[in-house]
Amino acid sequence: MAITPIKNLKEFSTANDRFEGAHLLCPGCAHSMIVRELMNCSDDNLVIATNTGCLEVSTAVYPYTAWDTSWIHIGFENAATAAAGAEAMYKARKRKGTLKDPDAPVKFVAFGGDGSTYDIGFQWLSGAVERGHDFTYICLDNEVYANTGGQRSSSTPIGSSTTTSPAGRVSYGEKKMKKDMVSIMAANGAPYVAQLAPNKWKIMAKGFQKALATEGPCFINTVSSCTTEWKFDPKDTVHITDLATDSLVFPLYEIIDGYELNILYRPKNILPVKDYLGAQGRFKHLFKPENKHVLDEWQKRVDASWERLQRREEARI
Amino acid sequence: MKGVCATEKRGTKEIGSEELVGWDAVTQGVVINSFEGNATNVASLKQEERNYSDFSSYTATVASWRVVKPVYNRDICIDCQNCWVWCPDTSIISRDKQMLGIDYDHCKGCSVCVEVCPTNPKSLLMFAEHEEIEKALESWPTKEK
Repeated sequence: MAITPIKNLKEFSTANDRFEGAHLLCPGCAHSMIVRELMNCSDDNLVIATNTGCLEVSTAVYPYTAWDTSWIHIGFENAATAAAGAEAMYKARKRKGTLKDPDAPVKFVAFGGDGSTYDIGFQWLSGAVERGHDFTYICLDNEVYANTGGQRSSSTPIGSSTTTSPAGRVSYGEKKMKKDMVSIMAANGAPYVAQLAPNKWKIMAKGFQKALATEGPCFINTVSSCTTEWKFDPKDTVHITDLATDSLVFPLYEIIDGYELNILYRPKNILPVKDYLGAQGRFKHLFKPENKHVLDEWQKRVDASWERLQRREEARI
Repeated sequence: MKGVCATEKRGTKEIGSEELVGWDAVTQGVVINSFEGNATNVASLKQEERNYSDFSSYTATVASWRVVKPVYNRDICIDCQNCWVWCPDTSIISRDKQMLGIDYDHCKGCSVCVEVCPTNPKSLLMFAEHEEIEKALESWPTKEK
């Protein structure tokens, strides 16, 4: 399928929105920026399934729906399976000739938060990717179970204070490192995986278009800054995402067929990680003198991961 | 409002009756339609051309969430569309590459649009919800050096 590249923002703005306002996501939520962009970068009919999470419960509060496409409200774990099932049925009906409009382009998309992608829906996602269904899975990664009150997930990074890993006198918050889901999905056999961020709209739109055009299961991890659980002002959503990509905490890259890694964004001025951490309330305890070792650990890990990405890009393995 | 039940009455018991029903008579799900009638090629229609049903949240409003509102100054705007791409609430009305204004039914007053506006002075600024738009435009700041 041919991709029509988006040249500039003026051209992009002629897209007709298919994600309606008056959903109940928090003011300044990055989830809706990402969802809007996905739906605007394609003219195809979309069949979307959504795991339980902020996005699902906020966009379908009975009797309202914010979706102008076919949309399936499903359990916490199985959006990947629902999209895969819809895709299998579509293929079967196409083969049998029972579709009303067999030539209409249809794309299958599943959305999940990090809780339902990294933890609860991991098996379902892995199974759907292994079976090779033609769909795109998009993880809205806000590094916490934001919908249920801010519990830690396996995406929560080290030092983050959450309601189940609170920082205080004895603890500096979350003790474990974040799971590298993008590499896991690349190793799982997905033909296209990427990590994208809404502040770089052009890179993100291009990545979405590539994923939709690629036949087979694609996985995209998107950075979704959470005003409520990351504890910053709603107006700063784009700014915080800028800090995340420019400090290389969230490097933007894609992996094609499991080995061809391309770095999509190289910041001109690489910011220190503490600029990113300092802008958010969930990390403020790390700036106490006794927690300095966590800050050093953070910088060391981010530098190492950036080095590893660059080596992988050169080596093509 | 009308919805469509995914499963009609099965067996002998009415759905929604007080007595317990068997597993095969439980309503399995509900389909709600965003549009009245035919809904193909939605991507080719502008919002005002679509036939929304009462189920679409386009017909609802979250204006009561706001304590501050963005006010738009057409004279300074350069139509860069930054506010359009980053608005989380689909509240920037852009048609034919031109920014037309703000959809106050769906705006929650998060100020993202003001933050991403590149002009000097900004062409979008936050004012108190009760402030009149004409007065807000009169009190617009001048260029910063």
